[in-house]
Amino acid sequence: MIGVILAVMGSAIGLGNFLRFPGLAAKYEGGAFMVPYFIALFLLGLPIAWMEWTIGRVGGEKGYHSTPGIFRILWPSKGSPYLGFLGILVPVGIYMYYVFIEAWCLYYAYQYAIGALPLGADSTAYQQFFATFTGQSADGSLFSFAHSNLMIFLLICYVLNMIIIYRGIAGGIELVSMVGIPVLFIAAGAILFRVLTLGTPDVNLPDQNVLNGLGFMWNPTTETTGFFEALSNSDMWLAAAGQIFFTLSVGFGVIITYSSYLKRGDDVILSATTSVAGNTFAEVALGGMITIPAAFILLGPAAAGGSSFTLGFITLPLVFEHMAWGSLFGFLWFFLLFIAAITSSISMLQPAIAFFEEGLGTNRSISITILSFITLVGTGVVAFFSKGLIGLDQMDFWIGTLGIFLLATIQVIIAGWIFGIDRLLTEARSGTKLPVPNWVGFMIKYVSPTFLLVIFGFWLKQNLFGYIDLLVENESARLTFFFILFLSGFFIMLIIQAMRRWAHLDEQTNQSENIENRGLK
Amino acid sequence: MNIGGWVIMILSLVFVTLFFLGSLYMVIRRGSKSGQLHSTFDETPDMKDIDQ
Repeated sequence: MIGVILAVMGSAIGLGNFLRFPGLAAKYEGGAFMVPYFIALFLLGLPIAWMEWTIGRVGGEKGYHSTPGIFRILWPSKGSPYLGFLGILVPVGIYMYYVFIEAWCLYYAYQYAIGALPLGADSTAYQQFFATFTGQSADGSLFSFAHSNLMIFLLICYVLNMIIIYRGIAGGIELVSMVGIPVLFIAAGAILFRVLTLGTPDVNLPDQNVLNGLGFMWNPTTETTGFFEALSNSDMWLAAAGQIFFTLSVGFGVIITYSSYLKRGDDVILSATTSVAGNTFAEVALGGMITIPAAFILLGPAAAGGSSFTLGFITLPLVFEHMAWGSLFGFLWFFLLFIAAITSSISMLQPAIAFFEEGLGTNRSISITILSFITLVGTGVVAFFSKGLIGLDQMDFWIGTLGIFLLATIQVIIAGWIFGIDRLLTEARSGTKLPVPNWVGFMIKYVSPTFLLVIFGFWLKQNLFGYIDLLVENESARLTFFFILFLSGFFIMLIIQAMRRWAHLDEQTNQSENIENRGLK
Repeated sequence: MNIGGWVIMILSLVFVTLFFLGSLYMVIRRGSKSGQLHSTFDETPDMKDIDQ
């Protein structure tokens, strides 16, 4: 009964909840960060989630479950389905590198299970382990015999994803999410309990204790920065809004597909709200209470920072080294990350499958076969260009960040300005007993897109030129970018084919209706 | 941990917990009154494939 909600929660709850959010919050005076975080949740996250769930159902009622098809309904024009190509490119492109990271999580869990991890108290051992295991020394190194372990786990993750997706939404995705999400919460709860009962592990370092660890994460002020001074940091507001945006999986092309399978009488507002609430709970109550406090308590403030990968795959293993029963909690932690990753990755394949089925007329088996091949090539590109994780970084930037921003902006503008706020609100209110006040329409039409475009603008200013320079200087980055362009062109060509098919089907439908009408007369 | 940290942590945790549990409660309560509130069981293409 709550299958779709758990499936969307599974899609939304991922590595970012446990790694990206804590790192960002700690970077920006934790407690102060929560103010823009919650403001962005209600001004940006929830309205856009409501909008995306609603427009998905609108498209689904007309028989379309992919973004190109749904855009065709929302905005009947020749060009609108082509804008929807992002709804295929983004989830498929993200899947290509997400499954790679998923394999890392499974491999680490396995290493803990067999006692091969932890590696002692020296952080360089973990850095070397991670760098070697992920093939960061040279492009193509993962395809050598020495790196066969990761490739085996990558294959396992790949096959698992395909088996689950083959079983369909009800029998595969929902079932995995209905089991996986509760297991994730239980594992996270166990780790949280362990962290909160750490006390003062090293009596020689009395400042490294639970309360100070929580304080490092949640205190709104530091010795140098006051609360209001922290709030005046525009970077923090941008980071918080960006985190809300990415954590809720809006603009991924996933929610719009999942919600397209709901009926008119189904409550999209409650579904959207519950998914958002579940994701926020996982992020704040679990992610916010585990990662940074644990790193602070056992390793000190200097360790409680760094990128998501550093935090997850170097710092946390070192934390478990210093923890009693560290191997058990290490296994639980990486198993939790694996569950978070796989429930997200399986969600990323359905939008493309839906498109192949309705746009090209292929059945599920053939659609999955085509998609398997495409994603295998893409994951191969990511795995090959492993030096400095450049392939992964490029895919994450151009597809997993820029692509999402673009798709979300397009969706909000189509929904608010072309489909129309009045129609959108009418559709949203259908099937729900929750109040949807008119000011929500104002938010979706004016505030959310403005907020989104402001974040987008600042983000482009901060990042785009650096990545363009990288394309000029680095051949691996360039080749990955060309692959992304090739993939985009491929999907656009498929949409051209789909448009012809839909036009033909519309013609046949019109002819049948004309014949019926003449018969009735 | 200072007073501000306690306030923000507790308020945040209470809010997200109530938000989540409240939403789940509404889903379960509504689900018991109307059969397939969120089920996609008879909607998804895989079910159509099986039927064929």
